[in-house]
Amino acid sequence: MHRILFSAAALALSTHALAQDAQLREEVKQLQQRIQVLEGRAPASGESAFNPGISLILHGRYAHQKDIEEREITGFAAGGHEHGGGRGFSLNDSELVFSGNIDPYFRGYATLALADEEVEVEEAWFQTLALGRGFTAKGGRFLSGIGYINEQHPHAWDFADQNLVYRALFGEHLIQDGVQLRWLAPTEAFLEFGVEAARGQFFPGSEAGGNRNGAGAWAAFAKVGGDIGSSHSWRAGINYLSARPRERESHFEDVNDIEAHAAFTGDSKAWIADFVWKWAPEGNPTQRNFKFQAEFFQRKEDGELFCEDNTAEGGACAGLADAYRSKQSGWYAQGVFQFMPRWRAGYRYDRLDSGTVDFGATPIAAEDHRPYRHTVMLDYSPSEFSRFRLQLAQDRSMQGVKDDQVILQYVHSLGAHGAHRF
Amino acid sequence: MKRFIALLAACTALAAAPARGALNVLACEPEWASLVQELAGDRARVVSATTARQDPHRIEARPALLAQARRADLLVCTGADLEIGWLPLLQREAGNAGIQPGQPGYFEAARFVDLGEKPARVDRSMGDVHAAGNPHIHLDPRNLLKVAEALSARLAALDARNAGDYAARHRDFSARMQAAIARWERDAASLKGMRVLAHHRNWTYLAEWLQLRVVADLEPKPGIEPSAAYLAQLLEKLKAQPAKMVLRTPYQPPRASEWIAERAGMRAVELPFTVGGSAAAKDLFSLFEDTLVRLKDAAQ
Repeated sequence: MHRILFSAAALALSTHALAQDAQLREEVKQLQQRIQVLEGRAPASGESAFNPGISLILHGRYAHQKDIEEREITGFAAGGHEHGGGRGFSLNDSELVFSGNIDPYFRGYATLALADEEVEVEEAWFQTLALGRGFTAKGGRFLSGIGYINEQHPHAWDFADQNLVYRALFGEHLIQDGVQLRWLAPTEAFLEFGVEAARGQFFPGSEAGGNRNGAGAWAAFAKVGGDIGSSHSWRAGINYLSARPRERESHFEDVNDIEAHAAFTGDSKAWIADFVWKWAPEGNPTQRNFKFQAEFFQRKEDGELFCEDNTAEGGACAGLADAYRSKQSGWYAQGVFQFMPRWRAGYRYDRLDSGTVDFGATPIAAEDHRPYRHTVMLDYSPSEFSRFRLQLAQDRSMQGVKDDQVILQYVHSLGAHGAHRF
Repeated sequence: MKRFIALLAACTALAAAPARGALNVLACEPEWASLVQELAGDRARVVSATTARQDPHRIEARPALLAQARRADLLVCTGADLEIGWLPLLQREAGNAGIQPGQPGYFEAARFVDLGEKPARVDRSMGDVHAAGNPHIHLDPRNLLKVAEALSARLAALDARNAGDYAARHRDFSARMQAAIARWERDAASLKGMRVLAHHRNWTYLAEWLQLRVVADLEPKPGIEPSAAYLAQLLEKLKAQPAKMVLRTPYQPPRASEWIAERAGMRAVELPFTVGGSAAAKDLFSLFEDTLVRLKDAAQ
């Protein structure tokens, strides 16, 4: 290109009169400058021209643990959504993520969790880009903004499994089918408010509870955060979730120690407080950094429990319904320290309190057990896209079972992997 | 054409921006914060998202930065995917329509400069490569002149009432920078052809300007910290082709460069890299002055 222009210009120069010479030289110079600019300029950056950014998370593990068919937390109704693997070698869900701008006004995002004979739509939502004044709206299926860890996908967790608090609250995390509105205040400190209205078909809601005009689940949250000097940053939040499950199925052991299928209809209201603090020397996390996070919840459920007739198996339930009321709580705290590049070590403690559960006249005995678990982990990340982890845990979440677990895990991400939240 | 664009930009800015005081500017790196200060003076309140002690590839979209992005009238960043790990989140989560890509409130410096080291092929096996080219453009002061011209026009478009003021400030800055560049080039003539090692590939533009020869990087691949084995290998290579010094930024750990400098009989030099990177580097001018002082000192 250069050469053609230059020779054309040279030819032109030799055949023209001297009077035009200077003018032509100037023109050539300008043309050359334009070529340089056009060739050298960086194209506008963005996720891969017009294709959505695509990334794939590969995720698998080897686990050494007790052979327990249903790992349910004693004293807590079983939650819905879980991705845990069994013993030995297993493949966790492979996550396929698509994201990109739809147009100047909206952004779209979808995560598909792939497993054998199953594709689960984890998330599929659009978000506004141009509302302005601090507002952002989201619609579709999304991870609820409540709490801290809820919006993190399993590949971003600091441990190989979810903490007991979220397992008791949601099974794994709260997925909402609905709408979310967030507002970021125009203040020096970070101050954000959000509300969500959703179908509420996932635990603590239920499929039948979602089948209504209106919303089966409401959530609201407020977060505040900031920096302290250049080395510390933090965020704290207070969150509320109200779900209206109908005929939510769970099972208990009745007073005769026989399994009883029960269905709950009523209100489920939870408060969650979350806190995260990160440290990095002078704000540079590449060598060493530390992250502390803790969350606390309290959940009250109030309604009616129907206990399916199990007298044929020698059970005590006669197929009757009665008042059900529970007040349960729990917390976890964890710290993860990157002590040198690529290497991190962490410790987590989970504790739940099955609290007071009033079954009314239903013949189910409340279980008196306080589930807890100690977890330590060590992980090695050759780059920001690959990670190997060793995790040891002593799990006392099931009454009468002391489960010492060893998990070896890998998490790799391919493709246009988006930035992670704070 | 140019005038038409400027007019159009001015009109949209007039329609969009309500009358208010100083412009809130969030700069992604300290060099751009400093440039905004030069070009806008008191007319802008500037905050930098990173400091000279932080690696601009690797910070997080912290709550404090989200709060800044929410109130920003203008984001001034390098672009070319340098800030890909955190900037897109700030733009998406701050609820600020004005700073989205393509809006006048988002300024990417790399778009106004010819980027070097564009990879012919992009693959993650090559480390942290930037598809658009090497984004560490600010250490060639001639690039600053190009960016300043575009940034000044952008400031004028966003704050049209003070356009004359921005133009005057730009003329002044440009004249001072051009004079300084001529002075620095004379001053650094003795460094021409000097062989250096670089910790990360962020000295390319400085080397190009001063005609230094970067013979190798300490990182085996961009963004991947060197292992002991790789450094030993590099040391062997240096025996045949010695270099004068190894350069690093204040945010990189000194161990690797000091280890190899000691064994290869060269100097390990920490240059300020950006404004605030040393006590002397207080603005863009003293940044280059201090850089040259340190280079010449180590070259002796």
